[in-house]
Amino acid sequence: MSLTILAVDDSRTIREMLGHTLRQAGYQVITAEDGVHGLEVLQTERPDVIVTDINMPRLDGFGFIEAVRAEGASRTTPILVLTTESEPEKKARARAAGATGWIVKPFDPVKLVEAIRRVAA
Amino acid sequence: MPMDPMDAIRTTFFIECDELLAQLEEGLMAMEEGSADSETINSVFRAVHSVKGGGGAFGLDPLVRFSHVFETLLDQIRSSQVEPTEAVVATLLRAADMLADHVSAARDGGGVDEARSEQIAAAIMSHTIGGSATGAYEPEPAEIEGIDFKPQMISLDLPAAEPAADFDISALLASAAAEPAGEAVANDEEGGWVVHFAPHASLYAKANDSALVLRELASLGEAVITVNDEALPTLDEMDPAGAYLGWTVRLPGSVPEDDIRDAFAFVDEDCDLEITREGGAQAGPDIAALLAGAADPAPSVDEPVDLLSSLLQGAVEAPAAAPVAVAAPPAPDKPFNLMDLAPHVDELTQSAPSAPAPQQAANAPPAPPPPQTIRVDLDRVDRLINLVGELVINQAMLAQRVMESGAGKATDVNLALTDLELLTRGIQDSVMAIRAQPVKSVFQRMPRLVREVGEATGKRVKLVTEGEGTEVDKTVVEKLSDPITHMIRNAIDHGLETPAEREAAGKSAEGVVRLTAAHRSGRIVIEVSDDGRGVDRVRVKAKAIEKGLITADAQMTDEEIDNLIFAPGFSTAASVSDISGRGVGMDVVKRSVQALGGRITIISTPGQGSRFSLSLPLTLAVLDGMVVTVGDQTLVAPLTTIIESLKPRAGDVRPLGPNNFVLKIRDAFVPLIDTGAALGFGKSKFDPTEGVALLVESEVAGQVALMVDHIQGQRQVVIKSLETNYRPTDGVAAATILGDGRVALILDIDGLVTAHRKAPPRADTLAMTG
Repeated sequence: MSLTILAVDDSRTIREMLGHTLRQAGYQVITAEDGVHGLEVLQTERPDVIVTDINMPRLDGFGFIEAVRAEGASRTTPILVLTTESEPEKKARARAAGATGWIVKPFDPVKLVEAIRRVAA
Repeated sequence: MPMDPMDAIRTTFFIECDELLAQLEEGLMAMEEGSADSETINSVFRAVHSVKGGGGAFGLDPLVRFSHVFETLLDQIRSSQVEPTEAVVATLLRAADMLADHVSAARDGGGVDEARSEQIAAAIMSHTIGGSATGAYEPEPAEIEGIDFKPQMISLDLPAAEPAADFDISALLASAAAEPAGEAVANDEEGGWVVHFAPHASLYAKANDSALVLRELASLGEAVITVNDEALPTLDEMDPAGAYLGWTVRLPGSVPEDDIRDAFAFVDEDCDLEITREGGAQAGPDIAALLAGAADPAPSVDEPVDLLSSLLQGAVEAPAAAPVAVAAPPAPDKPFNLMDLAPHVDELTQSAPSAPAPQQAANAPPAPPPPQTIRVDLDRVDRLINLVGELVINQAMLAQRVMESGAGKATDVNLALTDLELLTRGIQDSVMAIRAQPVKSVFQRMPRLVREVGEATGKRVKLVTEGEGTEVDKTVVEKLSDPITHMIRNAIDHGLETPAEREAAGKSAEGVVRLTAAHRSGRIVIEVSDDGRGVDRVRVKAKAIEKGLITADAQMTDEEIDNLIFAPGFSTAASVSDISGRGVGMDVVKRSVQALGGRITIISTPGQGSRFSLSLPLTLAVLDGMVVTVGDQTLVAPLTTIIESLKPRAGDVRPLGPNNFVLKIRDAFVPLIDTGAALGFGKSKFDPTEGVALLVESEVAGQVALMVDHIQGQRQVVIKSLETNYRPTDGVAAATILGDGRVALILDIDGLVTAHRKAPPRADTLAMTG
């Protein structure tokens, strides 16, 4: 059974691109457009891996990761942070919030799939 | 044909860019007005950030470089390091314009004004803390980061009782499996790698998994993995979220160190890690020594135990699966291959009791749902509009039949028909509303124009917009941009005075240009007004005389003089300025507006300013027409082109050459066109006194009189494209279907005049005097 990935990003372009890349790699993909939407999706869906942006309206990536890790069925789901922020402090903050790993944009499809493979059981 | 997915995404990107640029402009305008709240700044930041993110994905380097510089400053404003002063916001606005240029260049393949881009980037950096140092953008390789490893003590503020049971099961499995490893390591001369890896509980809390890290290592080369379970407490003391096991992994010396470190990229801060090379080639590893070595990073072993005692309450639910795992005997003779274990891990994971899931994330802030929208292919909407057009026609035909059958007004049939008519109209309005869009998308482009024109002319301009939510058909919205652009250029360039002149005239140095939109009697009215000097009538008249548009002794009202600026070829600018001198005058604006069935007028008060008023139909799917009869045909003339209709008297029609006639209207002669002949319905006897003349305004020849037989009346007609359904035809703009089911052609006045008069002359009607 193929793994399901939840991609959370406020940019339609990036969502489409993630969806396309991941589907090509044989994953099922569901998307959400910001942290709040992501949490709503998690009420009904159980993705195997979550990929999230940091800068988003309503609830940003840090808040989203914290909320996922706080409680709920998805708290042990690997979360990869996908963002152009490469500054160490942003990464440290994502880590402190409970991110499993991260990928620096612009992402390379091979690296993206590689990162998912690395955290997915 | 299916689009290449990447092309489709690229298209999405540019559509999104437009939205983001609009969001950016809107936010910056709000900041300019002084509302620098964090949500505004955040949305501005996100807009630039998303443009950069998408641009990066498509390798649009100039765009990414510029947006990076832009974003850096916005980030500092966002974190309150930089104050968004007036000067800073002004720079941001210019940067937004430049970013829009970069996006267009990336989309259309053109270049940008690089000098300007550099200059604006430099202006941005001058406001940025750290200046050019932080601004310089180096494209980053797309890679998984985290190579810089620092051993770190485990932090104790972990969420209590993480039920990461499955991780520990895999750890136990590895433990049970790994004992007899050793002999098979192939050592090179270089000496093999020895990796000591002791996860902290935080590693599991972040959903990382030691088994996956070990799997990664095992994929690098032949790995020998031994477990260090010294810190493993007894079962009843075990915290399911704790981390008790460490591993020593031996890898061939030929594996690059970077690859090994890379395997730990996500976890290096959540574990004790030591990667060393064995000194020289040895026959076989000394397991006991390795185990002792693995125990060295003592803190990782001790602290989880401390943590354990504080978390003991949570441990009651320690998974029953754990002992099973320990009891499972592994194959003892072969080097340990972790991959073999994967299926077992899966089985066990599934059989392990899953953590009791709390109902759901209750602390997610309840946010108002955004308005629900769907994206629909325009073709589908157009099809629906077309069908509704048919329905309207069908309803009109039905009404006519019923009327012809002689049914009385109060009969059931007629009452039902009235209901049907109301319903039909309701459907038509609703369908049109689907295509309706606010004029905002056009209005949003104007602040930039005002800034640029103001800068180029040295005038200070404030743009005030109103009614940008006014909706009009999508096709009309698209066509509004050019006329509005020209009207605004004209208002700033010709209307507004320089700051010095304004102050001398007792006005504020900053001129105001107002752009408004409103619905008025079934049309949209766009007004562009300025508080400048107004039309200089003396100069306009002199210019018109010089250009031969009017005679020197022509008596004209102020209004007529003002309207001369719409006459073809008229331009009042003494010098061809950078702004208005692009060969586009108000006459072009007027022509394009009329092509849309619109009207444009000007009202001017000397010293107080001018107001251009543009009125357009709300849709291009329905037309207000004058239905006329010519021979046995019914034709429709667009109402907007008609000035008046009259019955010519015998003495007013004079021949001009062998085939042409002119009609005397008051003190001027206008060309008289036999509509039937011009369209080629055969040359019936032409007797102007028996028909009706429609005085129409044409672009190519000024006023022209069209001879028709009868006027039936004014009616709204549904436009059907002749071009799509038949082919383009001179003199005919489109067709419609009348209530009696017959097709009626809609006249294209300009086409008709051109067909009639091969060489389009100047507008001579104004100059001709009786």
